Amino acid sequence: MRLFRHQLKWEQRLFWRSRESAVFVFLFPILLFALLTAVYNGHIDGRPAAQVLLAGMIGYGAANTAFAGLAITLVSRREIGILKRIRATPLPPAVYLTAVLVSIMIVFAIQVASLFALGRFLKSTPWPSHVLSLVLALALGAAAFAALGLAITGFIRSLEGSSAVLNVIVLPTAFLSGSFGQTRHYPQVLRAIGDVLPLKYLLDLIKGIYLHGQQFWDKPLAIAVLGAWGLFGMAVALRTFRWEPREG
Amino acid sequence: MSAISVRDLRKSYGTYEALRGISFEIKEGEVFGLLGPNGAGKTTTIEILEGYRTRDGGDVEVLGFDPERAGSAFRERIGVVLQQSQLWPNLTVAETHRMFAGYYEQPRNVDEVITLVGLDEKRDARVKTLSGGQKRRLDLGVALVGDPDLVFLDEPTTGFDPAARRAAWDMIRSLRSLGKTILLTTHYLDEAEQLADRLAVLREGVIIREGTPAELTGGSNETEIRYRKDGHDVVVRTTDPTKSLHKLTAEALAEGRELEGLSVHRPTLEDVYLSLTAEHQE
Repeated sequence: MRLFRHQLKWEQRLFWRSRESAVFVFLFPILLFALLTAVYNGHIDGRPAAQVLLAGMIGYGAANTAFAGLAITLVSRREIGILKRIRATPLPPAVYLTAVLVSIMIVFAIQVASLFALGRFLKSTPWPSHVLSLVLALALGAAAFAALGLAITGFIRSLEGSSAVLNVIVLPTAFLSGSFGQTRHYPQVLRAIGDVLPLKYLLDLIKGIYLHGQQFWDKPLAIAVLGAWGLFGMAVALRTFRWEPREG
Repeated sequence: MSAISVRDLRKSYGTYEALRGISFEIKEGEVFGLLGPNGAGKTTTIEILEGYRTRDGGDVEVLGFDPERAGSAFRERIGVVLQQSQLWPNLTVAETHRMFAGYYEQPRNVDEVITLVGLDEKRDARVKTLSGGQKRRLDLGVALVGDPDLVFLDEPTTGFDPAARRAAWDMIRSLRSLGKTILLTTHYLDEAEQLADRLAVLREGVIIREGTPAELTGGSNETEIRYRKDGHDVVVRTTDPTKSLHKLTAEALAEGRELEGLSVHRPTLEDVYLSLTAEHQE
């Protein structure tokens, strides 16, 4: 526990001190939200556009922070030999990875709170009413994305390409899943793709809870799909996660 | 007491045999050098002893542990400088040391370690602003912050300029005077000769010679005499240098000529090393 707190403290310091992570991981969804709400007025699906976009950006934030942000952090540490170096210390690998995961969850939580505060400030969006349900939904979603983030590190060979590869995954995912607006008018093929992606189900949960006053348990299908993606990510991560940089 | 004991250690990568049954012992407080050209198996050996790699055969004991199965108790007592690794660019020198110090039950005082590795002036500088040599010293500081009994140094001075190498050597000598056991790999002969109490020459996964630097050079008792005659280099190798030299100079005196460029030279470790590795190349 002492080691965990020690590592968590340093993970937070490392995150906020790096301009890349603070801007691209933390700030980017917030900036995007500010831009989109300035452009879209009126209603989407019968709800105020700002509220729908707020829900969408929280979902995008989960993918961008817990999936892409985590994967970039771990790939860069692996490739410059930090992960290997850490393994020569008495810090248990499980404690290290847990601290890294919890740290990225803290970043995501601050991001969500900032989005709500910004929505309130710019467009008078309401605070969420079912806070516990929302926390559960976001925890499940972020955990599933973090598991997928761990899994994909095994497939990214070098630091140079990592942020490009991850953006090629995250941005279309967010688009197809409806982070930037409703998907009802998309061609059927695109909707079919969106229907298997985890982000769509996280957005279902967030929108149900925030826009329609539902509880976490009201969407068992979404919970099951997110859980399955998370388990799939863990299973792949256990097989492919590497601590050492590529040879040569 | 042996700090490290290795018997018949074997390791293959696919069909490539990186280590073909090597054995050696390192006593507590000793500086032991593993010397050899690139690809000889030095890094494979040191990484098996550090616990990074599994072995295919043989017995290995490091501080009484089997590194393959050892956990935190083993890692409390070792310090590791990897051949290639970087640290967080955005932390300062002192912060990096503090972060690592937190992993150990009884770390050394961080300021002492920073002084020991000569980074006092860079204490609050971000890691990304350090020179290559300073980064290497940071690696060493971080390896020492847990107050290890045994320090692994994998090519600690590769890429250093001569002044930085001298400084690193002084640092390694000061570690030795603290009673640390040190296992050092290098492909620089002068480094091994300067630092190691004993060394093993590794080539193609086999130890081809082992002993103190003096023993390795003393093993060959040929002396080399060189001079120039009619514009050509003449090299005489002899086990009886007094007689050979006397004969040569007597002849030259009698003929009234000078032995141009005369030099008499005992084999250095480098000569021995090159002849050893060359024999095996044939």
